[in-house]
Amino acid sequence: MKKLIMILSAAAIFMATGALAASPIISVNQFVEHPALDSVLKGLQDYLKDNGVTAEFKVHNAQANMGTATQIGQQMIGEKSDLLVAIATPSAQATAQALSKAPADLKRPMLFTAVTDPVAAGLVDAIDKPSEFITGVSDLLPTEKHLEMVMTYKPDIKKLAILYNAGEANSKAIVASVKELSSKFGFSVVEATAPKTADVYAAAKSLVGRCDAVFIPTDNTIVAALESVIKVGTQNKLPIFAADVASVERGAVAAMGFDYYKHGYQTGAMAKKILDGAAPSSLPVEFQEELQLQINLKAAEAMGAPAPEELVKQATKIYE
Amino acid sequence: MTVYAAIGALEQGLVYGIMVIGVYLTFRILDFPDLTVDGSLPLGAAISAVAITSGLNPYLSLVFAAFGGFAAGAVTAVLNTKFKILHLLASILTMIALYSINIRIMGGPNIALIGSATVFDPVIALGVQPHLASLAVFSLFSLIVMGGMIWFLKTEFGQAVLATGDNAQMIISQGVNTHLVIIVGVGLSNALVALSGALIAQNQGAADVGMGIGTIIAGLASVIVGETVFGSRSIARAIVAAVLGSVVYRLAIALALGLDLGGFTFSPSDLNLITALLVIGALIAPNIKKKLLAQ
Repeated sequence: MKKLIMILSAAAIFMATGALAASPIISVNQFVEHPALDSVLKGLQDYLKDNGVTAEFKVHNAQANMGTATQIGQQMIGEKSDLLVAIATPSAQATAQALSKAPADLKRPMLFTAVTDPVAAGLVDAIDKPSEFITGVSDLLPTEKHLEMVMTYKPDIKKLAILYNAGEANSKAIVASVKELSSKFGFSVVEATAPKTADVYAAAKSLVGRCDAVFIPTDNTIVAALESVIKVGTQNKLPIFAADVASVERGAVAAMGFDYYKHGYQTGAMAKKILDGAAPSSLPVEFQEELQLQINLKAAEAMGAPAPEELVKQATKIYE
Repeated sequence: MTVYAAIGALEQGLVYGIMVIGVYLTFRILDFPDLTVDGSLPLGAAISAVAITSGLNPYLSLVFAAFGGFAAGAVTAVLNTKFKILHLLASILTMIALYSINIRIMGGPNIALIGSATVFDPVIALGVQPHLASLAVFSLFSLIVMGGMIWFLKTEFGQAVLATGDNAQMIISQGVNTHLVIIVGVGLSNALVALSGALIAQNQGAADVGMGIGTIIAGLASVIVGETVFGSRSIARAIVAAVLGSVVYRLAIALALGLDLGGFTFSPSDLNLITALLVIGALIAPNIKKKLLAQ
């Protein structure tokens, strides 16, 4: 009997270690629950699943608290997983810092994703020169293509409003580039800011009568309270354009964009390369190549800005 | 919970503990509910980050951060004492103003400090492992702040601070200027909070305008957990308990992060709920122990 138990437990240990070797562990530090960030995670997981990698995920969410994000960074170092993934800038910075302090035997490759400016965030020295352990995918917006679409949609825009949270690094970068491009497209920029989701409605209302259309960058605060902006747009026939396609389904007129699911999928491809043995330093920071155009015809009607035929033809997705 | 995560929680508990002493000073001693801290924590981080990135010594940057925090607290206290604005509202006004001010100071919402000079460098240069260096530095700082606060409250001015919170009428009749006491007290509290923010930023690798959100919640929770679990019979004990309360609070988060109950898996979004439940457990444990001993 004793012998049998020994053989069985030996077999169990053998099988357990066998299973471990087959499935890599990936620790994830996500900053907050948010439809776009959730899609990034889903895309990452789906890519690996679709490509035959059965990874075990240890997902942590800081629930928008930087102190917690720091603790998650340290927790992930202790988990001794095969790959660290950080979603959004604050989590990426916290994870990178935990990694830089970790003893040599606990250092692991790290991928950041949904980070707009990884160089300014201190994650990599240069886009084409990632650091020893860190690389990832940037969601830097092709602002020029966005504005091109908005101006094709509604060529008579003289004043374009941008609604954003001045506390978000991502948005500041986009606002700066919109201002830079404004003379090229021949409109002036009107700004309204909201520091919290509760302030978004008032900020949107303040724009009525001061602009011909509103552009919303990939701003976490504004996108979280998008419905209140849509309401203002509908009531005042003010077309609302967005920078992420998920907002079109929720009622924005149109967006060029950025599908965060695909963003995560692209991150998954990088993850597989690293799990297969590539060094992060050999993988330059990637950007999303493919852009989508989505139009919400019902919203367009309600906001008094019917979609031009040529854009409807180009659109990858139409909501009616 | 892995050893590494436990060290991380201890380190976070100690550095946030400096903030908790500040909250203890206003909330318990001065009886002045002060929400300025949600703004003065990132203020300290912002000042320190700007100072470091423009080449200043990281230790010197802490002094600037503390002065900035003092000024923020003093503004709240002046609004309250001289202009008769309710303390809660005065502190809310300063807090929301600081959001914009912090962005002004940093020239943007976030300054990265990864790879910059920090207060940990001299300790690492001594040969201490980087992940233990933060723990060493934070232990030292929280000991100094605890000792300093206990000493301060024993001085004549400190006694006036204690008396102002206990019985303002009595201390006014003794000829003490309570306005000055409140301004210095709230200022000192926010100086500690800003110092804590500066250290946190250097440890987490970035100063971010959003990092102050929830500071007052963590501060109050830590003060009360400390009092309940470790007692508050004397001032010295209560101050040490405040820091220990902060450590317990961070350990609860670390425990919640690493929780794995066999087949049942928590969703990552359950984190705040589990943290709250663990803190509730810590709060009622002494009570249950007392009841069991009585039987």
